[in-house]
Amino acid sequence: MSARDVILARVRAAVEGVPDVEIPRSYRGPEPATDGLVDLLADRVRDYKAVVHVVEEAGVAALVADSLAARGVRRLVVPEGFPETWLPSGGFERIGDEPRLSAADLDTADGILTTCAVAVAETGTIVLDAGEGQGRRALTLLPDYHLCVVRQDQIESGVPGAVARLDPARPLTWISGPSATSDIELNRVEGVHGPRTLEVVVVTSG
Amino acid sequence: MSRTFLGMPGTVSMMGYSGKETFPENAAKAVRNSQLRFNLRKATGTIRGRRASVVGELPDWPDLRQAGKAIKDHTLRNLDTYLVRLEEAVTKAGGHVHWARDAAEANRIVTDLVKATGETQVVKVKSMATQEIGLNEALHAEGITAYETDLAELIVQLGDDWPSHILVPAIHRNRSEIREIFVRHMSEWGRPAPERLTDEPAALAEAARLHLRERFLATKVAISGANFMVAETGTLVVLESEGNGRMCLTLPETLISVVGIEKLVPTWRDLEVFLQLLPRSSTGERMNPYTSMWTGATEGQEFHLVLLDNGRTGVLADDLGRQALRCIRCSACLNVCPVYERSGGHAYGSVYPGPIGAILTPQLRGMGSELDRSLPYASSLCGACYEVCPVAIDIPSVLIELRGRSRHPVAERAGMAAAGWVFKRQGRLARAQRMGGRMRRLVPKRLPGPLGGWTDTRDLPAIPKESFRDWWNRTDGGAR
Repeated sequence: MSARDVILARVRAAVEGVPDVEIPRSYRGPEPATDGLVDLLADRVRDYKAVVHVVEEAGVAALVADSLAARGVRRLVVPEGFPETWLPSGGFERIGDEPRLSAADLDTADGILTTCAVAVAETGTIVLDAGEGQGRRALTLLPDYHLCVVRQDQIESGVPGAVARLDPARPLTWISGPSATSDIELNRVEGVHGPRTLEVVVVTSG
Repeated sequence: MSRTFLGMPGTVSMMGYSGKETFPENAAKAVRNSQLRFNLRKATGTIRGRRASVVGELPDWPDLRQAGKAIKDHTLRNLDTYLVRLEEAVTKAGGHVHWARDAAEANRIVTDLVKATGETQVVKVKSMATQEIGLNEALHAEGITAYETDLAELIVQLGDDWPSHILVPAIHRNRSEIREIFVRHMSEWGRPAPERLTDEPAALAEAARLHLRERFLATKVAISGANFMVAETGTLVVLESEGNGRMCLTLPETLISVVGIEKLVPTWRDLEVFLQLLPRSSTGERMNPYTSMWTGATEGQEFHLVLLDNGRTGVLADDLGRQALRCIRCSACLNVCPVYERSGGHAYGSVYPGPIGAILTPQLRGMGSELDRSLPYASSLCGACYEVCPVAIDIPSVLIELRGRSRHPVAERAGMAAAGWVFKRQGRLARAQRMGGRMRRLVPKRLPGPLGGWTDTRDLPAIPKESFRDWWNRTDGGAR
């Protein structure tokens, strides 16, 4: 018998006659969006020591320009599909991922600018699904600075709403604040291998 | 420190100490180490407070806990169905699925996969399963170097040390000890520690970032575990903090994940429960910094999944003990345990320390050694572990059951047999009670011979002059 058949036979013998259980789902499921979600998301992301801005659609490009300038970003990776209207007209060198950047190239970029797929207000999380304006997973991993633009209609109140909106067939990265560790005396310290600075721009729908 | 396989030939093998000494002997040594006690008290105290505050934020925590428990029980009951479903989904998404009956088979599969790539170096994401099977040692024997990339695992690997906590393997080390390890040993493994390194946690984290950066960019094979596998979609999930997990999961050309068969959940939706339960229970955060989810071969990567039994089906066959397989390795039970807080993780002699280790290790490894027989006693049965467990594993009940199954000392067995004989007939009990009442002034505070072990940690109850039955008969229930 193959290892597979042996393991499956062991499992069947082990659970024979064991009654099945019903799964109670009395916990909070997806909830309708409310106006308070923008502020809740901003607060919770700030709790992780990330920088958060809340702006109207018309102010995004100017805010992105200010943030890049304040950080001194010269070489910025901008994935395909990032909305042109949110991009400042100049002040930085725009790097695309076509043809694919090498890991070494990415490592020397000053920053990465992306959109996201979903955000979770209650946990201060943004989720990337490698879709339009986000690019493949390594893009938001190697540069030390990640600037992410979130639209208000992408914000879910809790985790169940976000899980329901996401497509498991896509590679997903849930990001809650900058890279951190709790390994030294169980204190959270920001900044290990991932981007040490996370900046989030929340765009309100007027 | 010697690293040996503990398992008996033909049964499950699992990494651990040489296993000559029992938990009480190990613990007695550990509590004399005041630095260790200080480090543990500080760390577990911090994390207990954080966990309590973020768990308290969720009004539906008890509902999530019940759902988490039920999802795991349902999965275990139908594990065969869901394993086959997972295999189909992963294969359909371009991944390769391998099955390993035991540690040796899993190690051989992984070694062969690495050899097939022609590489001699791999990067690793922290994984309990690969520690359990001693994968790093098995790879080393075949000329392959495994580099741990989690900060705490790095501290343990550089210090030639043993992990002492499920989530924070270097919890027994404080910042100045970590600095010492970095300064002394980083150069043996790659880029040396920066000059004038301080013991500030941020500086230590920066040193780890620099030490591992080039390794991440250059290594072509990575090995991981997984926190969850979704049967319906074939998705694997890894929760982490530092980004070392993302580095390993994303950059290398080949990814090999070794995962215990109990890590399954049936549906995508089930993650909505566990993504709330796990981070709040483990690091005491609303959400951990990074969670990666991928399905099959992703972004051009070659993907292999090794499904590991290694004793799990044996635990599954046990009506009471199988609940240990619900464990999602959050380590909340370690952080609240008064015994763990004082003894530390090394005393348990297993990669699974603390309350969950005390029920998991003897079930996976068997109770052949003195150490493994002593583990069910590494508890005061206070029940704090059960209270914080996000999947409601009734650890105290399993501990008591395992105590019942382990071989007891001669004196205890003789004492219990004698008590059984006395209690069997009412007349015998009455005579014994009258004799006890007459001789009560002669009973010493410490019992003689091997029975002394019992009174060393307990007071003998005072023996009354007269038994309740005799009093009732004499006074007609207090009427006379």
